[in-house]
Amino acid sequence: MKRIATAALSVVLLATAGCTNDGGGSNNSGGSTNVPGVTGTEIVVGTHMPLTGPAAGGYSKIAPATKAYFDYVNANGGVHGRKITYKIKDDGYNPANTQTVVRELVLQDKVFAILNGLGTPTHTGVLDFLKTNRVPDLFVASGSRSWNQPDKYPGTFGFNPDYTVEGKILGTYIKENLAGKKTCFLGQDDDFGRDSLAGVEKVLGAVAAKESYVTSNPNVGPQMGALKAAGCEVVVLATVPGFTALSIGTAAKIAFKPQFVVSNVGADPTTVGKALGAGAPLLEGVVATNYLPLNTDEANPWIQLFKKINAEHNGNAEFDNNIVYGMSVGYLFVQALQAAGKDVNRDKLLEAVTKNGFQGPGLVPLRFSATDHSGYAGAQLTKVEGGKAVFFGTPYTTDDADGPVAPHQGQPAAPPPNGVPAA
Amino acid sequence: MTAIEARPATSTKTMPGAPRRRRVHPAIVIVVGAVLVVALTYVLPPFRNYQLATVGAYFCVTAGLTVLTGLNGQLSLGHGALMATGAYTLALSQNKWENLPLSFALAVLVTTAVGAVIGLAAARLRGPYLAGLTLAVAIVVPSVTSTFDETFNSDQGLSVMLNPPPEQYPMEQWQAWLCWAAALIVVLLLALLVRGRFGRDLRAVRDDETAAKLAGINIARTQVLAFVVSAACAGVAGALFAYLAQSVSPGAFPLTLSLFLLMAIVIGGLGSLFGALWGALLLVVLPTLSQSVGEHAGSQRLEGNLALIVFGVVLVVVMLAAPGGLASIPSRISRLIRRNR
Repeated sequence: MKRIATAALSVVLLATAGCTNDGGGSNNSGGSTNVPGVTGTEIVVGTHMPLTGPAAGGYSKIAPATKAYFDYVNANGGVHGRKITYKIKDDGYNPANTQTVVRELVLQDKVFAILNGLGTPTHTGVLDFLKTNRVPDLFVASGSRSWNQPDKYPGTFGFNPDYTVEGKILGTYIKENLAGKKTCFLGQDDDFGRDSLAGVEKVLGAVAAKESYVTSNPNVGPQMGALKAAGCEVVVLATVPGFTALSIGTAAKIAFKPQFVVSNVGADPTTVGKALGAGAPLLEGVVATNYLPLNTDEANPWIQLFKKINAEHNGNAEFDNNIVYGMSVGYLFVQALQAAGKDVNRDKLLEAVTKNGFQGPGLVPLRFSATDHSGYAGAQLTKVEGGKAVFFGTPYTTDDADGPVAPHQGQPAAPPPNGVPAA
Repeated sequence: MTAIEARPATSTKTMPGAPRRRRVHPAIVIVVGAVLVVALTYVLPPFRNYQLATVGAYFCVTAGLTVLTGLNGQLSLGHGALMATGAYTLALSQNKWENLPLSFALAVLVTTAVGAVIGLAAARLRGPYLAGLTLAVAIVVPSVTSTFDETFNSDQGLSVMLNPPPEQYPMEQWQAWLCWAAALIVVLLLALLVRGRFGRDLRAVRDDETAAKLAGINIARTQVLAFVVSAACAGVAGALFAYLAQSVSPGAFPLTLSLFLLMAIVIGGLGSLFGALWGALLLVVLPTLSQSVGEHAGSQRLEGNLALIVFGVVLVVVMLAAPGGLASIPSRISRLIRRNR
């Protein structure tokens, strides 16, 4: 019978653990409204991020930057009198961990919405769970086309231009400037790599050689060797920052010097340069895209605003494009909350996002509508010169089908004087 | 489960003076367990129910592993890979036929078959060589999924098509029931299996192969059978994990999972099914605890790494304080009391 007593004890232990934490969580769910995560004074939002693991390089700075922007908004009175609490959970870029931490955020912490969950393989696995629980899933930090399925996932919206759109823009650059050169492709072995390749091939036709990598294996020697052997002169990289550095470094080691053309998500020169260490000069001349102001553009009013917030609320972290990205996400979310009104609930938030009309730091418009849930509509090309990325040409917009890659006309908006979007 | 003597070979000498305890039939313990679990699912909040379900899934594999390692003395570092086999089989079958009972059956069958193959090789190997072989199996999982990425979809993995549970039950409660139903059935079968002749064979082979052979026990057959039984349990656990997460990916079955499983059964008490329950509980509770500690300490980056340290420390402490594992603590205490009377 002692063993039964042991079993009973363990059961009681588990139950107590459950109750203690439930007590903590109920502070968030109680209050005047019946909307999960929303009280009269607070809105709780959650995210999953690779703070550790193979994609942590660079990306681990995004969520703290978003949080810093929210802290700035909170210090300026919050949104409709409510302060935003941002719960950041580390999933290590491991889809299995994402499952657990997102369940914890939704079921235990009772967040109002999931914001900017990062990663194609990671976030893909929680789409169904978020849909079943009717949790708004806003501004996913990835450009996979999976976020843009309004019928299947009505609550999911992207943020980045989707990888096919970006691939088409990169392809157009190659077609116009590097015509006749042998173009090859190295991509992550998931929807990120595949969508990007699809875009490049829509413009250029089939590439001469293509290789893929997995984040669980930090060695791209065989892939770069194969691309060198194929005689590639241009290599398109659909890689996370750590693997951009690895690819460029590995290529240099085997005396392989193609023109690298890199997807935006893996192209921040500060992050990649740091990973390359003494090899940072290898980045010179690398072409990439961006759709937000560049961190080094001191004259840009958005950069001035974000730098100020970074100094005041983010411990003056090294100011790179991940911070610009994180704060832009925060700005957009506050815009959406303002638009959703004082009596905010999940449906109103989604309505506000669908209605769109957001003017922010982006160089191109956001695409959100009832039939389109993808994020930014395009991007502008950048080139690394003197260790800094600089824009050239004009921003382009296009779609993920066979639409043309067209120059975008229109001036970017200026930030509001106090840095907080108006209702 | 009371049928199993929880002691590893080294501590058998502590028993002779103690009076023989009355044995409760395993079925009774299982029924009590089932009642407790069902009661729990009604009082726990959803996330705790999800964790309870995860404990159930872990219980399947730790129970199978403790029979293999604790009772038969075969060290397997590859049970994570066997779980992956079960999980991927469930995912592939489910996406093709959308028939959950069929998918579960297939998952167990395929894993059993894979376990038989590994077991055949394992029966020829001893000690570190066996550990090496099973280690290789655990390491190969991510490579297999990226080499055959058209079937397994590499690191991203597969999502699993599932029909929602009947409407009157919340998802997490349903998951807890399913996982614990499977776990309790697995454990009941194991308990019945090891209390009879098969269990004696297992222990005889573990303690002295020559003596066992002299007693007419077929060593290789016993070892292969032990591996197959244990693999089938891992297959059930893997299928449950795929069901719980609605997705499978190699990241869910890393090498550390196999090592954690082993650590869990050692901490719980090697060879004891109750120890396996403790182990399963720890596998869920320790990472959660260390995560909240990491959060309170204010370092987000600690969360990902702290669980490893905590597990190590707990292993050291338990081995120092109760070498027989957590499951041996009650009997140690009662023995102390009896001695002091």
